[in-house]
Amino acid sequence: MAWTWFHRLGSPPYIYSLAARLTPWFAWPAAALILGGLYGGLVLAPPDYQQGDGFRIIYVHAPSAWMSLMVYMTMAISAGVGLIWRMKVAHAVAASCAPVGASFTVCALVTGSLWGQPMWGTYWEWDPRLTSELILLFLYLGYMGLRSAMEDVQRADRSSAVLAVVGIVNVPIIHYSVTWWNSLHQAPSVMKLARPAMPASMLIPLLMMLLGFTLFFVAVLLVRLRGEILSRERSASWIREAVST
Amino acid sequence: MHRSAAAAAPRRAGAGALAMTSALAAARLTLVRDLRLAFRKRGQLVQPLVFFAIVTTLFPLAISPELSRLRDVAPGVLWVAALLSSLLALEFLFRDDAHDGTLEQYALSGQSLTWLLFAKTVAHWLLTGLPLAVMAPLAGLSLGVPASAVPGIVVSVAVGSVALSLIGSVGAALTLGVKRSGALLSLLTLPLSMPVLIFGARATELSIKGGDFSAPLQLLGALAVLGVTLAPLATAAAVRINLE
Repeated sequence: MAWTWFHRLGSPPYIYSLAARLTPWFAWPAAALILGGLYGGLVLAPPDYQQGDGFRIIYVHAPSAWMSLMVYMTMAISAGVGLIWRMKVAHAVAASCAPVGASFTVCALVTGSLWGQPMWGTYWEWDPRLTSELILLFLYLGYMGLRSAMEDVQRADRSSAVLAVVGIVNVPIIHYSVTWWNSLHQAPSVMKLARPAMPASMLIPLLMMLLGFTLFFVAVLLVRLRGEILSRERSASWIREAVST
Repeated sequence: MHRSAAAAAPRRAGAGALAMTSALAAARLTLVRDLRLAFRKRGQLVQPLVFFAIVTTLFPLAISPELSRLRDVAPGVLWVAALLSSLLALEFLFRDDAHDGTLEQYALSGQSLTWLLFAKTVAHWLLTGLPLAVMAPLAGLSLGVPASAVPGIVVSVAVGSVALSLIGSVGAALTLGVKRSGALLSLLTLPLSMPVLIFGARATELSIKGGDFSAPLQLLGALAVLGVTLAPLATAAAVRINLE
């Protein structure tokens, strides 16, 4: 009895309609938070005493970097669920995550190198966090490459799921080995619990952006998931009913 | 009657022996088989080593013949060349056995596929990783590395290539069902191998400078142990998926 909700999550028609109903509940708050956060970060927050207005790129960079890891986690966990319980929907979630995560990673890399130009005097610095972000991009590309190389959807699902799970074991190893290899980046300034290094006028818009990006990801994921389910179940009869209404 | 009993007896004995073959014994037999097969095709065996020698020769030609400059880049050159030649050798790991159906027989044999594939990976390391560890100091000497650094290079390449073979076995298993898998295999394997490259090159650099290289060597060992414990499971899962 207690597991019926879990079994219902395995049903593509149920997820398809659930995703359609849930999308606006994530999309609108995401839009409000991102617009509010941008206004707070780009207009209201005072310039940094050291970096001037250059620091404002953090309002896009930090949330993108955060999301690039968070999406990989989501992808690997749902791939693992799909591998263990053989849930088609979980594999569809993992497949929908990968391009979104890769885009967030590219966004974090581009904003990071744009910030690097005035701050470090160079577009690319072999800084540990940028480097591990770059390796993360390669992991996403490998995942997407493996999926696209296999024509059989089930085999692509399960092979790429193994890769995602192997990748998640490696992500912390790669992160720490790269950190140990070289360190130039600023020390993390958000998560100092005792005394935040940022005044509230800077921190609140950043937290709004983080939450907004997370909700934005969920909304995009739900839309992509519906597309993925449509293309996987295109020969099923419920699709005809769902699309005609 | 007498003849049929004589014919049945060995069959029964054979069946009993088969049932008693433990996972370790089966793995040992696989290892011996793979080594024997490899030594019948010596040309293929030498290819990754020749590739390693050629790549390390390219760098003096591309950078400069000055030994002082080459010595600075030697750790990176050795490790990038080792990584690439182990990648090249990965294509031989499962390909032939997947083609002629041996892997399917392994999967159906009732033996632990994890152990059998682990044995194949060990054979692969003995045939490619270990010779690389012997070759690397020779290539290093040609790059102006002092003779005192030779033990450090041998040990770090030997330990690091264990991790490389195991990471590579997962990639090779995942790309079994893909036709032209070379580029995809490198896309899957290289990002996962970067920690090995970092610690391996660091250990080599410290041994060239005459420092204590035990810290990066221990990290390399940790990666190898982690690979031994986890990679065969992932490899077996990936092979099973691609045999379905």
